[in-house]
Amino acid sequence: MSIVLRDSFIEMPARERARAILDADTFRELLGPFERMKSPWLPLQGVVAQADDGVVVARGRLAGKPAVVAAIEGAYQGGSIGEVSGAKIAGVLELALRDCERGAPVRPVLLLETGGVRLQEANLGLAAIAEIHAAIVALRAHVPVVGVIAGLVGCFGGMSLTAALCSRLIVTRQARLGMNGPEVIEQEAGIAELDSTDAALVWSLMGGEQRYATGLADVLVEDDAGMIAAQVRAAFDSVAASRTEQVERFVKRLASIDPIQPPEPAQLRALWPREAPR
Amino acid sequence: MEILRFTYPAARAVARRAHVGVVGSGDLEILFEPSADQHSHVTVTTSVEGFATVWKNVLDRFFTRFDGAVAIEINDFGATPGVVTLRLEQAAEDLRA
Repeated sequence: MSIVLRDSFIEMPARERARAILDADTFRELLGPFERMKSPWLPLQGVVAQADDGVVVARGRLAGKPAVVAAIEGAYQGGSIGEVSGAKIAGVLELALRDCERGAPVRPVLLLETGGVRLQEANLGLAAIAEIHAAIVALRAHVPVVGVIAGLVGCFGGMSLTAALCSRLIVTRQARLGMNGPEVIEQEAGIAELDSTDAALVWSLMGGEQRYATGLADVLVEDDAGMIAAQVRAAFDSVAASRTEQVERFVKRLASIDPIQPPEPAQLRALWPREAPR
Repeated sequence: MEILRFTYPAARAVARRAHVGVVGSGDLEILFEPSADQHSHVTVTTSVEGFATVWKNVLDRFFTRFDGAVAIEINDFGATPGVVTLRLEQAAEDLRA
């Protein structure tokens, strides 16, 4: 696809992303910016708060079926999860669960663009992330939970666990997924461990293509809103076991690695092929 | 962080709301809502302190062209005056749309 014709999903803010994923004209935002569900903690620490706390939640339809989308705004505080933004995601997933339990399935989609917990809100953000995880695990018994990491923030920290819990995870080449982000690794372990300004190295380790090649993501897609939306719809037709249910497979994977002599990214692809014995 | 407040006279009521932008680096979020009285009220929360005069100049200029009675909330994360003006125009255009 030519660059000119591409409708970049990465360049869209969270609200546009949610709108682009849902069927045309079905987007209906819950707790929008005019409800002023802001972070009560950031202004106390001299940080300007955003009216929706950086998370857009919306009801709508996917291929005609009831759906709910939670989209994180990566440009606001690095997409970090605070008390309010985390509660919005957890709340919307819990409502979807309630609908599923009543026999009215709702398709949940998470548009992940986040550095993880918001450090200024620490434990409150972590508690919200735990609630998000509990809701995802409960929802998976009823309906696939689909995650998308488009970039350019990526998905890190506690929210990388959220991505791992998704039934299906869709990534672009520009996406990054990892527990610790490159800057954190450099700061904590030194530049000899990882030069966070070396983009080629960073993406070879935690980029979308590598995560897909090693089976840690399910779909690798171009940065195009229409193509990503199509993959989200297709993901709900899949019935494969989620990664976190394949404990033995992943324990074996860890055993295949010598942490004293960690493999190069290309070697890791051979050690951890994406095809799972399902 | 600094909070600034401004009031401007208005000539007509506004029925709609508008929301544009994001509190991201070099950008800002603006919310337009109908005002409760015959004036426009602007509340600016900005991460950059000491620019009250610049804010007043940018808003004075905007209100020479805009006469609706709106309550405006601005959440700023270091936007330049040019970006602020563009976002204000964008919100005003959304009100008309």
